[in-house]
Amino acid sequence: MTAMVIIGAGQAAGQTAASLRQGGYKDEIVILGDEAHPPYQRPPLSKQYLSGEHGLERVYLRPEKFYADQSIDLRTGVTVSSINRTQKTVMLDDSQIIHYDKLLIATGSRPRKLNIEGSDLKGIHYLRTIADVDGIREAMKSAKSVCIVGGGYIGLEVASVAVVAGLEVNVLEMEDRILQRVTTSRMSEFYHSLHSNRGVKIHVNTACSGFSGVDGKVAEVICGASAINADLVIVGIGIIPNVELARDAGIDCGNGILVNDHCQTSDPDIYAAGDCTNHPNPILNRRLRLESVPNAMDQARTAAANMLGGDKIYAAVPWFWSDQYELKLQMVGFSMDGETEVLRGDKDTNQFAVFYLHEGAVVAVDAVNSPREFMVAKQLYGKQVNAADLSNPEFELKSLVGK
Amino acid sequence: MPSVKFIEHDGTEHVVDGNIGDSLMIVATSNLVPGIDADCGGECSCATCHVIVDDAWMDRAGSASDSEESMLDLNPDRGSNSRLSCQIPLTEELDGIVVQLPEFQY
Ligand SMILES: Cc1cc2nc3c(=O)[nH]c(=O)nc-3n(C[C@H](O)[C@H](O)[C@H](O)COP(=O)(O)OP(=O)(O)OC[C@H]3O[C@@H](n4cnc5c(N)ncnc54)[C@H](O)[C@@H]3O)c2cc1C
Ligand code: FES
Repeated sequence: MTAMVIIGAGQAAGQTAASLRQGGYKDEIVILGDEAHPPYQRPPLSKQYLSGEHGLERVYLRPEKFYADQSIDLRTGVTVSSINRTQKTVMLDDSQIIHYDKLLIATGSRPRKLNIEGSDLKGIHYLRTIADVDGIREAMKSAKSVCIVGGGYIGLEVASVAVVAGLEVNVLEMEDRILQRVTTSRMSEFYHSLHSNRGVKIHVNTACSGFSGVDGKVAEVICGASAINADLVIVGIGIIPNVELARDAGIDCGNGILVNDHCQTSDPDIYAAGDCTNHPNPILNRRLRLESVPNAMDQARTAAANMLGGDKIYAAVPWFWSDQYELKLQMVGFSMDGETEVLRGDKDTNQFAVFYLHEGAVVAVDAVNSPREFMVAKQLYGKQVNAADLSNPEFELKSLVGK
Repeated sequence: MPSVKFIEHDGTEHVVDGNIGDSLMIVATSNLVPGIDADCGGECSCATCHVIVDDAWMDRAGSASDSEESMLDLNPDRGSNSRLSCQIPLTEELDGIVVQLPEFQY
C-alpha cells in the first residue's frame, strides 16, 4: 500500500486529493491541515461570506462527508512541523510521524503583518481564513467606522461590503493610486471613482504609521501627522508564501517553493501546488508566483497526475476575478505586459473591457461586467488582432474565436 | 434524493444522487464526476462547468440568466442546449436529468 500525503488542507490540497481519486488511485491519501475546516474556497471570504449571503456549506470546496466517502484521511487541526526526506516522513506538532511515498506541499500563504506602534491592539484584523472573517463579522455588528489598510483587491472587496452594510469606510493606500501593484492607472482611476461614488473615502499616498487605542481597543489609525477614527481595522497589505517547511528540509526555494513544469520540487518525490510555489510558465515564458484559485486548482490537477506517474505539464494563461458591488471584474494575463490599451465599451455604463496588446497580440484583458470579452481574451492570448476591431462595439467578437 | 446522469464525452455514464438545492456542478464535483473543473466554485465567473442538457430536460432546467448566457456565448463547444452546471439547482422535478459533458472546458 502506498501513501500520498498532502500538507495543508486548502484549495490546492482538496483538489489534489480529488484528482488522485479521479485518476484511479485506490491507496492511502492523508491530508494534514492546521485549520479547523475541510478544504474551502477563500474568494467568498471577502465577498459573499463576509456579507452573509453565503453560509459555510457554500464555502467548502466539497461537502464534509466527501472525504469519508472517498476514503480520504482528512485530519484537520494538525500542524506539520518538519519533513524528513531521507526517512520519507513528516512529523506533526504532537511528534506523531507519518510515512509518505509521494508528498504534496500545499501550505498556501499568510498575510503580511504590520509591526508598528499599536498593531497588537484589539480590533485590528487580517483576512485569510474563515476564523478571521467570523471575527470581522462579529466586530462589524457594533462597529461604526472601519479603516482598511491597503487598497488591493481584497481590501476593496471588503470596502464594498462594509459600505453597503452602512459603515463609514476609509481606505489607506501607500502608493499614489489603489491597485497600483496589479493594474493600470486607467483601471485604478475607474475603481477609485466607483468607490468614492458609493461613499468610500480613499486616501492615496497615505502610509499607516501606527494605531492608538482606548482600553486596549483600536480607536484611531495614525498616518504621520494626521489620524483617522476607526473602531475596526482590516489590514490587507499582501501575503507571504509558506515556504519554511520546504526550505528547512533543504528543498530549493526562491520567491516561493521552486517547482518545475510538472509541479515537482527539487526532491523528485515531493510536489508542491498553489500560493506557496514559484513555477515556470511556458506560455508567458517566465517564472511566476501567483495568488489565485485557478493557479491552485490547475497546479493541483497537474501535481496529482504526475504523482501517479503521469507526464502532465502546467501551462495556462493566468486569470483572476474580483467582485465589488454589482461589478464583476474578470482578468486574463498581466496588463503591464502590453504597451497598447484598447478600450471596448463605455466606462460610464460600468460595462467595458480594456484589452492590452503587445506588438499587436492580445496579452491581457480587464473585463468589467463583460464576460464575453473575458472569454474571448482567454482564447485569443498571444494571437494578433486588429485594435480597431476590438474597440468597435459593432464588431462581433465571435468571429475571432471558434473552431 | 434526485439523481443526475452525467455522460462524459467518450460515452462513460455516471449516475449520482444529489441534494435538493445543490447545483449540478456541486453534485458532479462531490461525486468525482470528471470533466467539470468549476474553478470559480459556482460564481458564474469561469465557465469551466459547461454541460449540454439533454433535449427532454431543457424546459425543466430553466433558462440561463444574462450573465450565464454571456459566459457561454463565446465558448467554442457551445450548442443550443449549453448551460453552466453551477447555475442549475437540483429540484425534485429534475430527478433523472441527463447532461452531456463537453470534451474540454475553456
Ligand atoms: C479574502 C481572499 C479573497 C480571495 N479572492 C480571490 C478571488 O476572487 N479569485 C482568486 O482567484 N483568488 C482569490 N484569492 C486567492 C486564493 O484564495 C488563493 O490563491 C488560494 O486559496 C490558494 O490556495 P492554496 O491551496 O495554495 O492555499 P490555501 O487555500 O491558503 O491553503 C493552505 C492551507 O495550508 C495550511 N497550512 C500551512 N502550513 C501548514 C502546516 N505546516 N501544517 C498544516 N497546515 C498548514 C494553511 O493554514 C491553509 O489552510 C483570495 C484570497 C483571500 C484570502
Ligand atoms: S463553476 Fe465557475 S462558472 Fe460555474
